[in-house]
Amino acid sequence: MTKGLQSIAFKESPYLVSSASVAGKKEGEGPLGKMFDMVEKEDLFGENTWEEAESTMQKEACLLAMGKAHMEAKDVRYLFGGDLLRQGVATSMGVSELNIPLFGLFGACSTSGEALALASMSVAAGYGECMLAVTSSHFGSAEKEFRFPLGYANQRPLSAQWTVTGSGAFLVGTKRSHVRITGVTVGKIVDYGLKDSQNMGACMAPAACDTIIRNLEDFGRKAEDYNRIITGDLGYVGQSILFDLMRGKGYDIKKNHMDCGMTIFDQMTQDTHAGGSGCGCAATTLSAYILPKVERGEWKRVLFVPTGALMSTVSYNEGASVPGIAHGIVLEHC
Amino acid sequence: MDKERQQQAYENYVKKKTPVHNLPANMGKAFIAGGVICTVGQAVLNFCEKLGFDKDVSGGWTSMILVVISVLLTGFNIYPRIAKWGGAGTLVPITGFANSVAAPAIEYKKEGQVMGIGCKIFTIAGPVILYGIFTSWVLGFGYWLLKVSGIVA
Repeated sequence: MTKGLQSIAFKESPYLVSSASVAGKKEGEGPLGKMFDMVEKEDLFGENTWEEAESTMQKEACLLAMGKAHMEAKDVRYLFGGDLLRQGVATSMGVSELNIPLFGLFGACSTSGEALALASMSVAAGYGECMLAVTSSHFGSAEKEFRFPLGYANQRPLSAQWTVTGSGAFLVGTKRSHVRITGVTVGKIVDYGLKDSQNMGACMAPAACDTIIRNLEDFGRKAEDYNRIITGDLGYVGQSILFDLMRGKGYDIKKNHMDCGMTIFDQMTQDTHAGGSGCGCAATTLSAYILPKVERGEWKRVLFVPTGALMSTVSYNEGASVPGIAHGIVLEHC
Repeated sequence: MDKERQQQAYENYVKKKTPVHNLPANMGKAFIAGGVICTVGQAVLNFCEKLGFDKDVSGGWTSMILVVISVLLTGFNIYPRIAKWGGAGTLVPITGFANSVAAPAIEYKKEGQVMGIGCKIFTIAGPVILYGIFTSWVLGFGYWLLKVSGIVA
């Protein structure tokens, strides 16, 4: 049922049945390296292009997630998937072989939240017993899409983030597990007028702030009611801005905040500047690091808030600002 | 109006919050990187002149050799690493220009010889070529005007 202005509290909460993460070489060398289900040493994943590699990651993540739950593609009612590439081709090409009815999504790096929200809503509404949510990003294809060819010699600004090569897939359904999605808060587009696409943390922090506060107010909770409030890819710059914005509105989340972009890489040794980003950043961290902790009951309730910077190379070149969006997913141990 | 002021305030705040590269350190590194590249060029030039080529031919050889070295280093992914350290020192010399042409050629090869390499090889260097030629045309036109009006001989 609806809760507050933008949220839903499920009467019969769907379970997060299983999940899987597939990551690239650099991610495999990072702090979460050993936790991913699959790490490929070669970023082309045995394919010819970055785009094909990204599609392969998505397919592998879906197959692994289904395999863990002992399910097959035919058991999945609908698939919710998206990525960062033009027209969402990484998803279309990646999941076509699975033959699952598909909703293609775009929410920039917040797509994992969008997919999880829609999948859990569909299950809760009784439109199927099992849904699959998947997202991905790839450093090579994202650099090519949004910035420069990989071989181009330039200096990245310190506020720039490193697109994660990885994919996360999540099975949401009625089959019992130890994690439930008890609520979602669908985020609004928040635009503070910033135009710097190399400082995405600052572009997305206002949206994260808006969604987190909305979630707390809609559910009548305090920040302490969550063991962790986990943003997707604000990075170091975005996190400090989020703290300031939240403090300005009377909330202090310093103690229980975590950011996937700051968790997935080691800033000191991996030269990733402000942290990780991309759809794959939040998705793989959720699957590899966050969900196991919720499953074990180490964290009882967390708010997962993947954040997205909404832009294209055309909108950027035409001088448009980079608005942000963030969706809140409430995950609880059971 | 109020919204604009708010946006400006946020932009200023973000600017304060965002770390930037250390300018003097970057300039020092650019000086060294650019200096090394130019010294290599000078060495090639001197060598060519020693072989008995005249100044123009030696200059041509020097540019060509620097371009080839840069393209090879780009192909082996070494040039971007040098540029990460050396910044503008590696971008301004002709080697930087060669890199900006070689990098798209490598990246877009997969999209085909025509639509990939053909259309996209100058995505970065294109503006430099266009406005470089345009500027030389403007200067040439100015020179011609001065010549016709008898101001310069």
